[in-house]
Amino acid sequence: MTLQALLVLAAALFAVGLYGALSQQSIVMLMMGLELMINGLIVAGGAFWYFLSPQTPDGQVLVLVAVTVMALEMAMGFAVVTALFRARDVDMTDDASDLQG
Amino acid sequence: MDVAFWVLAVVAAAAGVAVFVVDSMARATFALLASLLAVGGIFLLLDLHYLGVLIVLMMVMEMLVMAVFMIMYMMNPAGLMPMTMVHNHRGAIVIAGAVFVLLAAGALLTPWPHRRGAPPADPTHALGLSIMGPKMLVMMVIGVAILATMIATVVLATHRGRYDADRGHGS
Repeated sequence: MTLQALLVLAAALFAVGLYGALSQQSIVMLMMGLELMINGLIVAGGAFWYFLSPQTPDGQVLVLVAVTVMALEMAMGFAVVTALFRARDVDMTDDASDLQG
Repeated sequence: MDVAFWVLAVVAAAAGVAVFVVDSMARATFALLASLLAVGGIFLLLDLHYLGVLIVLMMVMEMLVMAVFMIMYMMNPAGLMPMTMVHNHRGAIVIAGAVFVLLAAGALLTPWPHRRGAPPADPTHALGLSIMGPKMLVMMVIGVAILATMIATVVLATHRGRYDADRGHGS
């Protein structure tokens, strides 16, 4: 287990999540892509803490924030999808382009 | 330890890919859960017991809530037919591949500094002292953000939300 191996894993998770966030039409699947991206960030945060400066807890604090952001993102995402679904019966990104200029 | 790490790393990445390959949303949810649990396991290997267990417990609950929403919005519940709902598939793959190559190259080619100090005997203790001491602002912001999210989700979920169906009808 090395810092490089963990960072490559983080990069892989981030890239897979990015693919999902860019390509998925269903908003729920898009949110799964975002979760995977934050998952990669969490791995990188833990790796930096363990392999670079374990004496200060900065990396741990970063992971704590990222995990919280993950939960909040899901809560807000589902609230928006529910409101949208209730009003229009859609849950696809292509049908929710209200702010498009 | 190395074997455990590689097994968990492969599970995390493969399950991440499986999220967008499987043919049902419920399976995608559990694939994402597997990926998150593998990351929780990696944290346990890094001696971050509190954060590892936190990730495992929090993500199990989060994915169970997600599964409920999946059933509500579910397309293709049993996975009986192919489920691809993507736009710009090729472009997304190219961009994601390029980002992976860039990030991996950065991770492998950067001359990382040497480790400063050793992990404390109890990392959880150090984290607790930190967020209740010099990094208390982080904890306060997280608390306010959670409260704001609770209020915002309730407001959005009511009938008078952003996408009010009755808007424009004099209500």
